[in-house]
Amino acid sequence: MLQFSIWKKSLILALCLFGIALAVPNTFYSRVEGHNDAVLEIDAGLPATPERLAAVQAWPSWLPSGLVNLGLDLRGGAHLLAEVKVEEVYEARLDGMWPVIRDAMRAERDVIGTIRRQDSAPDEMRIRISNPDQIARAVEIAQSQARSIVTLTGIGATDFVASGEDGQVVIRLSEAEQLATDDRTMRQSLEIIRRRVDEVGTREPTIQRQGDRRILIQVPGIGSADELKSLIGTTAKLTFHPVVRTTGNADASPGARNLLLPDLEDSSVFYIVEQSPVVTGEELVDAQPAFDQNGRPAVSFRFNPSGGRKFGQYTAENIGNPFAIVLDEEVISAPVIQAHIPGGSGIITGRFTVEQSTELAVLLRAGALPAGMDFLEERTIGPELGQDSIDAGKIATMIAFGAVLVFMALSYGLFGLFANVALILNVALIFALLSAIGATLTLPGIAGIVLTIGMAVDANVLVFERIREELKTAKGPARAIELGYERAISAIVDANVTTFIAAVILFAMGSGPVRGFAVTLGLGILTSVFTAIWVTRLMIVIWFERRRPRQINV
Amino acid sequence: MRLKLVPSLTKIDFFRRSYIPLGGSIIAMIVSVILFAVVGLNYGIDFRGGTTIRTESTQAVDVSAYRDALQSLDLGDVSITEVFDPNFAADKHVTQVRIEQQEGSESVTSETILAIENALQGFDPNIKFPSVESVGPKVSGELIQTAVLAVVLAISAVLIYIWLRFEWQFSVGAVAALVHDVVLTIGIFSILQIKFDLAIIAAILTIVGYSLNDTVVVFDRVRENLRKYKKLDLREVLNLSINETLSRTVMTSVTTLIALISLFILGGDVIRGFVFAMIWGVIVGTYSSVFVASNILLRLGVKRDWSNSDPSAGTQFANVDA
Repeated sequence: MLQFSIWKKSLILALCLFGIALAVPNTFYSRVEGHNDAVLEIDAGLPATPERLAAVQAWPSWLPSGLVNLGLDLRGGAHLLAEVKVEEVYEARLDGMWPVIRDAMRAERDVIGTIRRQDSAPDEMRIRISNPDQIARAVEIAQSQARSIVTLTGIGATDFVASGEDGQVVIRLSEAEQLATDDRTMRQSLEIIRRRVDEVGTREPTIQRQGDRRILIQVPGIGSADELKSLIGTTAKLTFHPVVRTTGNADASPGARNLLLPDLEDSSVFYIVEQSPVVTGEELVDAQPAFDQNGRPAVSFRFNPSGGRKFGQYTAENIGNPFAIVLDEEVISAPVIQAHIPGGSGIITGRFTVEQSTELAVLLRAGALPAGMDFLEERTIGPELGQDSIDAGKIATMIAFGAVLVFMALSYGLFGLFANVALILNVALIFALLSAIGATLTLPGIAGIVLTIGMAVDANVLVFERIREELKTAKGPARAIELGYERAISAIVDANVTTFIAAVILFAMGSGPVRGFAVTLGLGILTSVFTAIWVTRLMIVIWFERRRPRQINV
Repeated sequence: MRLKLVPSLTKIDFFRRSYIPLGGSIIAMIVSVILFAVVGLNYGIDFRGGTTIRTESTQAVDVSAYRDALQSLDLGDVSITEVFDPNFAADKHVTQVRIEQQEGSESVTSETILAIENALQGFDPNIKFPSVESVGPKVSGELIQTAVLAVVLAISAVLIYIWLRFEWQFSVGAVAALVHDVVLTIGIFSILQIKFDLAIIAAILTIVGYSLNDTVVVFDRVRENLRKYKKLDLREVLNLSINETLSRTVMTSVTTLIALISLFILGGDVIRGFVFAMIWGVIVGTYSSVFVASNILLRLGVKRDWSNSDPSAGTQFANVDA
């Protein structure tokens, strides 16, 4: 056991060198970060300015350039946990089904009588028929329009379910359709949030789906969670509605299939508009900040061909009527249509500031969120606080490191020095692994590293204590070292497996900073076992073969 | 000369008055449970919802002025604690302002935060807000569930692992020690009213891992000695094993404590509670693996027939180590 084959020696050595090479970029953090950013920017087609070239040159490209990501608590930034109100989409889905159902029912008017859509809860559609005794037939007609959908659980599911309730046909989305709709809503929301965050251009945002209907958003470097919230929290649903009339009464009854909407600026003005929009922001292809003829900030937009056609047709038919431009249930403006607007482009004016018009253009361009969001959790960490934490963590780690090194050397002499080399290597390997897998280092993560420094010596201590014991009974130092390793191994394995189990559970159940801690703890266990079993042993073996001491003093 | 915390040969009888540590532990656990029930933990916003705002100013902090400024906003229960840290510069004054959960399921409205920031800036223009955190009730309820689940899962996973690797009596002893450590940690957090948040749960899980680490090393030696000294009384075997591993137990605890204490003093106030939990855990964990886990093992007894090469027992692994 005391002999290492040459290939094993080289493998261990190679692994250590490789680990050190991967860890090195972290000691030149800002320089390597600048290099990486510049390389990315040039790759993205941005001009290679002298500054960018200098940044690229600052770090040799043949060296590894992977870095440990710094978590929000170290870098500063904003964290949001949002819950998407997926039910809001059901209404739109049902609205989309209405024309088909309506046409089918109208075709049998002589049986079921005239039909009329009623106001209802958003997740259902209610249709009153004038021959209530024919309700069974009406339900049948409506149901026949349902499309079958394929699900994992089986066939036979349809996209909606019709039923008869007190003389009305009630249509609800089927459970399978709800699930499919939820999933689509979540994916759209993720995509749109990603686009909006990317437009702002911050570094490495995290945008993740959590569970069925939640989205976790972490953006380093952004000033506050509020800023982030206003960026992604706005649905930015732009719609164009025919105006029925204006009123000053906030409680005015809008009538069936109409909406009462407030004015964005003047809180005493309300508009009653038709509920079904003429065109929606989904048909926009572009939006840019602009200025109107009076030089006030505005947003210009352009529709896709089908949206442009609808818009053109409507404006041609309604010259002289007011027309409401509605953003998130508030009327931005309600101009009177002066002329037919062909070509599908236009301009939105309101009392915008330049910033507001720019933000609105970004939001419109990125697309509307399919549904609104509730913010369940939000955290803002200032960059100075993060820097303070890094500084404090650095000093604490250094001192902890130094103290443990001295203590080990005092306790075990030469063998303590071997363990110290292994310990230094151990920390390098943790950083190497963290950089290689692109893990995120958080403040508890730093604590995890410090804890590992304390605990990493454990495996070596187990072996050394065992060697001490074996020296009392065994025949000579070589045999004692051999037995020491052999007999300590089961304790080392058991002790580390149990801690590793705790780390895995932490990783699985934890989030954010806690997860960062679990990662460093888990990796620390792996590297400390590796360094204790292979690296220290290799050092001891090499030393022993050179010196051949008759006596060793552990 | 070598630094030796523990002489190379010790013959301490750890079970001579075993009722003292065992009784002491039971009393401490009962006190912890009572404290938890009566005083309760000082839950952070992770677990009970609400908002915390960290303020930083060059002016000295006048807590009552802060309180007066926030009183008019009608925010319900507001707690203001000044934060001290040896790393702070002389003109750096930090407080932690906590506001209870407001109405509704969302975390907090930006207007509320803005109103608080304006109110504080009203009498201290230099004040800054390095961090603002807010958690809504929906999430905090879930977080507490997940946290409890995590601790329970970790303990059961360990129970199973030790059961597989040793005998069930070992497993019971180890888990009793773990429960002891967790309960005592909750007890000390109830007494000292240190903020109990998600990070503390992480610390508790680490304590579980660490305490186990210690227990397992002792048990590993017990298993070895049970095979080696077949005639020796279980109590003697346990004593021998603890004495043999004592040097290692102390060494590892000391190196870990050195690292943690340096982090406690220098690591900044943000993680101080977290590090405190771990320091406490290392001390209690070391104690419990020597006094609680082995004591329970002694009381439960171990069936030792696995080392008898009795063919009728049908164990195929009996002679592997011989």
